[in-house]
Amino acid sequence: MSLAKPAMRGLLGKRLRFHLPIAFALSLVAAAAFKYGVTEPRKQAYADFYKQYDATKEFNNMREAGIFQSVRPTGE
Amino acid sequence: MCMLHLTTGRVGCLLSKQVVVALTSSGARMSSHGHHEVSDSVDMSQPMYWDRLDTPLPDRPWKDVLDSTDKSLKQKEKGPWTALSKEEKIALYRLKFNHTYPEMKRPSHEWKTVIGGMFIFFGITGLVVFWQGHYVYPPQPHTFGEEWQAKQVQRMLDMQINPIEGFSAQWDYKNKQWK
Repeated sequence: MSLAKPAMRGLLGKRLRFHLPIAFALSLVAAAAFKYGVTEPRKQAYADFYKQYDATKEFNNMREAGIFQSVRPTGE
Repeated sequence: MCMLHLTTGRVGCLLSKQVVVALTSSGARMSSHGHHEVSDSVDMSQPMYWDRLDTPLPDRPWKDVLDSTDKSLKQKEKGPWTALSKEEKIALYRLKFNHTYPEMKRPSHEWKTVIGGMFIFFGITGLVVFWQGHYVYPPQPHTFGEEWQAKQVQRMLDMQINPIEGFSAQWDYKNKQWK
């Protein structure tokens, strides 16, 4: 029974040469996925919201609902 | 480094359930009390045998009380090993070691005990928690009631909490209902 001599050296280097490119690639993919899946849609949502936003109208709605202490609804 | 190895081996032996205490022929039994209290204590001043996955070579062989056939085999071992037959090689292994690695790694039924014990304790804890909820906890704050919670949700919608992506974004203000 004569087996082949196993690899005695360069084990870490071999592992790194295999795993590091994969690690970098996956990290980049994760970052890109988060950017285009989360942050870009979120920025768009905020932009769309404020395009049609009338601050005075919303303020008056809130005032009539009675949530403020400084300005009470117009009836009182 | 060597000392550290020895101590981990011996400490590991104490923790391992598979330690075998074989009596050596020099038979050093602890008799410091004279009466039979703990009769099978281990003499830690002698080399020990162990079956451990992470420390493969114990301080002494498994069988060190050899009969005449074993002794003659050990003599033959001093010569060229190519002269040994397969059975002799296996016999020499079995003299030196108790279990092989596959035998050490053999699966057991212990997991059933572990899982069963876990569930028993979950059950006991559940009973304790239930009793506690009934006998120990004070009455809930008034803010937990249905009416108060509804008023709270209405106020959050009036304030337009998170109107873009969160809470109020789910509310249809025109039709006064959830989207």
